[in-house]
Amino acid sequence: MNGKRVGESTIRLERPPRVRAWAAVGGKKEKEGPLGAKFDKLFPDTMCGEKTWEQAEVHLQKAAVRTAANKCHLPVSALDLMIAGDLLGQCVASSYAARGTQVPYLGLYGACSTMAESLALSACLLDGGYAQRVCAVASSHFCTAERQYRFPLAYGGQRTPTAQWTATAAGACILTQAADDCAPVRITHVCFGKICDLGVTDANNMGAAMAPAAHSTLRALLRDTDTKPSDYDGIFTGDLGEVGTRLLHELFRRDGIDISGVHEDCGRLLFSKQQDVHAGGSGCGCAASVLCAHLLPQLADGSLHRIVLAATGALMSPTSVQQGESIPGICHAVVFESGEKR
Amino acid sequence: MQYVIAFVTGGIICALSQILIDRTKLTPARILTAYVVAGVVLTAVGVYKPFVDFAGAGATVPLLGFGYTLAEGVRSAVAQSGMLGAFTGGAQAAAGGISAAVFFGLLTALLFRPEDKS
Amino acid sequence: MDVTPQEYTSMVQKQSDPSPMLRDMAWAFVVGGAICTLGQAVLEFWKFTGLGQKDAAIATSITLIALAALLTGLHVYEKLAKHAGAGTLVPITGFSNSVASPALEFKSEGLVLGTAAKMFIIAGPVLVYGIGASIVYGILLVLFGGY
Repeated sequence: MNGKRVGESTIRLERPPRVRAWAAVGGKKEKEGPLGAKFDKLFPDTMCGEKTWEQAEVHLQKAAVRTAANKCHLPVSALDLMIAGDLLGQCVASSYAARGTQVPYLGLYGACSTMAESLALSACLLDGGYAQRVCAVASSHFCTAERQYRFPLAYGGQRTPTAQWTATAAGACILTQAADDCAPVRITHVCFGKICDLGVTDANNMGAAMAPAAHSTLRALLRDTDTKPSDYDGIFTGDLGEVGTRLLHELFRRDGIDISGVHEDCGRLLFSKQQDVHAGGSGCGCAASVLCAHLLPQLADGSLHRIVLAATGALMSPTSVQQGESIPGICHAVVFESGEKR
Repeated sequence: MQYVIAFVTGGIICALSQILIDRTKLTPARILTAYVVAGVVLTAVGVYKPFVDFAGAGATVPLLGFGYTLAEGVRSAVAQSGMLGAFTGGAQAAAGGISAAVFFGLLTALLFRPEDKS
Repeated sequence: MDVTPQEYTSMVQKQSDPSPMLRDMAWAFVVGGAICTLGQAVLEFWKFTGLGQKDAAIATSITLIALAALLTGLHVYEKLAKHAGAGTLVPITGFSNSVASPALEFKSEGLVLGTAAKMFIIAGPVLVYGIGASIVYGILLVLFGGY
């Protein structure tokens, strides 16, 4: 093993890539949520002027990439690589968003963990010197997700209290090599997670399906880097929601570790309890937009110095759920630092 | 009085179904399917007809009543034309409802636009 | 010590909020009861216009189905159903909603392969097993008499 790996499964980036620019876009419900004012661009009409919901999601993702590129005064075509993902079958929102950009493109499917997966891959490629400028982007749209995974929008179904609300949002980050001094935020470690499945079959309780994966990856990261939860200003899980958050705290409590003081969940941050989202937000766009609207700005202005983004994904398909399979969970962690090295 | 009975019986059937939704993992499609089949069975064993006479729309409007319509249609068709009636009776009796659902469903699709939930 | 799936299942059960059943039941009772009362009124109306009992019942079903399809198109039915649950699911109006909503939703895939082909993705089983059960009943009647 060379020096880039520490412990069992964590990668320490020798030349920590920089997060040069970021952008978050959202829909109507995101606008009305607690983070509404922090988004770069909001679409109160979630059709975004397009003809179908799928095109609307493509629109969101394009807007996020373009806004992020504008912030660092680069044309989109100056990127070396785009690593993008979404929830749709065959990952089409990302592919159609990348169509016409003339940028090399990789499509990912990591369900709600996609943003961390794409950031982690981007960071490794940059550290290895295989790229100069990489864009990591993820999106989700409530309407495209509903019609793929659940029921038609106009169908009168009732959501259970453990169900989560797919965010209509996208987040994009442009990452550059360590030498780019003008960008204060850097990625120091990444940890790719393993599939965890403790037998949860209820697709309306994805927080419960994903919490063991978050526990496994975070525990590996803390052990490999020999750190404690209190060494971080915040540990932000992707979208465990209310139920998954309680389960994650309980799983850590069994290890004798209390993370409740530093832990927050993107699914709980994006929406308020009054918005009738039940257990909280979810979807690729949830962690991506909370990162870009809420966390990265705080890292940049110095109010946060070192955080973990541990985005979680529930990797089932409508077919596997109908066949009664339990839901495989995944969690990838990315450590961000800013300011002086600790 | 018939209105009160319809309200109470229909309400009770729906409230009991809510227990199935909240307490079991049965999806709505499964519950509806079970209700229609249950309506056929209850009519076949002779329980549902007296209930319809008593409760009126309270018994016919819930999907159990759809099963009742199917079973009643089959019963009278079999009386008339034997085995052929077993195949024609149910769908014939339910034809109005099924055709209306197809027609108005299509009309809805043509006239309206999908909308985001908020 | 890693948790076993059995331990985790009980943890999940403890931490997952149950549905507010009494509130849901109250909603289902009131809305379901109201739809049935409306059905009764429509039935009386059709009888008043001179239709016989059987035809009036069919006309009532058609009227309720048309009304529910309209409310589906206006996006009212789903908003009512969010609270009413079984109260809007179990009446024949719920059947209509389950046909009209995919028809509307999948319009984006075209009127043939979207609207028409997907129209019965939810309601299809109701027809398959309802008609299937009625045919079984008919065959039993032929074999064993009793009609």
